[in-house]
Amino acid sequence: MYSRKLLEEFTNPKNVGVIEDADGVGQLGNPADGDVITIYIKVKDGVLEDVKFKTFGCAAAIATSSMVTQMAKGRTIEEAMRLTKEEVADALGGLPPGKMDCSNFAPDTLKVAIEDYQKKHKV
Amino acid sequence: MKRIYLDHSATTHVDTRVLEAMLPYFTEKFGNASSLHSFGQEAAEALAQSREQVAAALGAAPLEIFFTSGGTESDNMAIKGAAYMHSPQGRHIITSVIEHPAVLRTCEELEREGFEVTYVPVDGEGILDMQFLEDSIRDDTILISIMHANNEIGTIQPINEINELISGRKIILHTDAVQSVGKIPTDVNELGVDMLSISSHKLHGPKGVGALYVRSGVNIRPLVQGGGHERGLRPGTENIPGIVGFAKAMSIAKEQLKEDSMHMQHLRDSMIEKIRNKIAHVMLNGHEKKRLPNNVNMSFRHVEGESLLMLLDMNGVAVSTGSACSSTSQKASHVLTAIDLGVDYIHGSLRFTLGRENTMEEIDHVVNLLEEAVMKLRQISPFEEDV
Repeated sequence: MYSRKLLEEFTNPKNVGVIEDADGVGQLGNPADGDVITIYIKVKDGVLEDVKFKTFGCAAAIATSSMVTQMAKGRTIEEAMRLTKEEVADALGGLPPGKMDCSNFAPDTLKVAIEDYQKKHKV
Repeated sequence: MKRIYLDHSATTHVDTRVLEAMLPYFTEKFGNASSLHSFGQEAAEALAQSREQVAAALGAAPLEIFFTSGGTESDNMAIKGAAYMHSPQGRHIITSVIEHPAVLRTCEELEREGFEVTYVPVDGEGILDMQFLEDSIRDDTILISIMHANNEIGTIQPINEINELISGRKIILHTDAVQSVGKIPTDVNELGVDMLSISSHKLHGPKGVGALYVRSGVNIRPLVQGGGHERGLRPGTENIPGIVGFAKAMSIAKEQLKEDSMHMQHLRDSMIEKIRNKIAHVMLNGHEKKRLPNNVNMSFRHVEGESLLMLLDMNGVAVSTGSACSSTSQKASHVLTAIDLGVDYIHGSLRFTLGRENTMEEIDHVVNLLEEAVMKLRQISPFEEDV
């Protein structure tokens, strides 16, 4: 049911961890529903210098979290805000239909982290 | 990579002795058991002998065995068949909240048709609330259907106590024994049941075949109409190769019951102990003692069951989870919900169901892989700090 690419990403996720002095933090999901994603960002000159994540959830939730952090790193805030679920899913060779809605909320979590940064830094 | 199968409650491989017994009935002995010629008689003899074998394994009489396509059909046939036959006496049915969907969906269908169904709750270990069940019995109760052992958490229910509870009343007692046959004793008289469902592929027989035991004197209405096969209760040309294989599998299961269950129980207890010793924050789901000898169902705090399953699968280990995603939202199974697992554990369950051919080496290997997988996922988990 999962693509080879997604399983590869799930088994070897990149950018796992916490940024202690993060400029923005976003968290979405609920332990009772079985998925929680936390994303930390470090911003320099309007560019996402570092992005890390911690995720509790299924293989799709972990793989999409990892993929989002890689796609966002090095992009400007405006570019990162435009990242879509579809782009993340495509980069993983597609998601099973049911997983598109329930597990692919890493791009939304990234946006929450960016909004947190904007609020704190009054950008 | 050597693969290790620990999902025997899902299905089992066909025993080579079973396959050998079946093979002639696909080719040279292909007759229709209803035909009068020698081809037909060969098939009829095989059918009669199979019925005897299945009956003997259950302590039943051959005429009390009705072959079906498997557990789901047997459950439907028992519950609807009894409900339709006895609706003039009453329209109330009692079952439990942790039944297999083959029973739950059937009961829900009967509710839509105007029957009333009471769903008895279970305690935190998955054991039936007997007082609730007793209090639920009414004058118009016609049927009680309670599974012998649960497919997810392996909990064994006190079926004979239910029988004692209703003695002297005209209530039919059905049990879904799909998971228990071949694992623990399932003599129909010791259990005191009127009907019992079995599936062949759970006990190293072929898929697509099973049986319903119906105690002599208990009447149910057929759900399918046709020729007179299975004494009119389940018409349709008999699946002779499947039935022969199923009967062989039942005989082997009966013969090896003691030895197989002791072996599996030894592996089970050792596996639980090793997991508890190696991995922190784990919980055994179901009852410590009143559980199938081959069932290990455990939850791992702050990791998600499907992720664990995938990591094990990539290492060749096949297990299942009651915490898998449904299509729209991540929902825990109705059984884990019924035993009220806390939020930290409900999404992190794995079910390991052992088979008679598993070895201690395999168990040790799986426990090591499991430890690695749990650690890996806990490192990714945002709740790691709490662990």
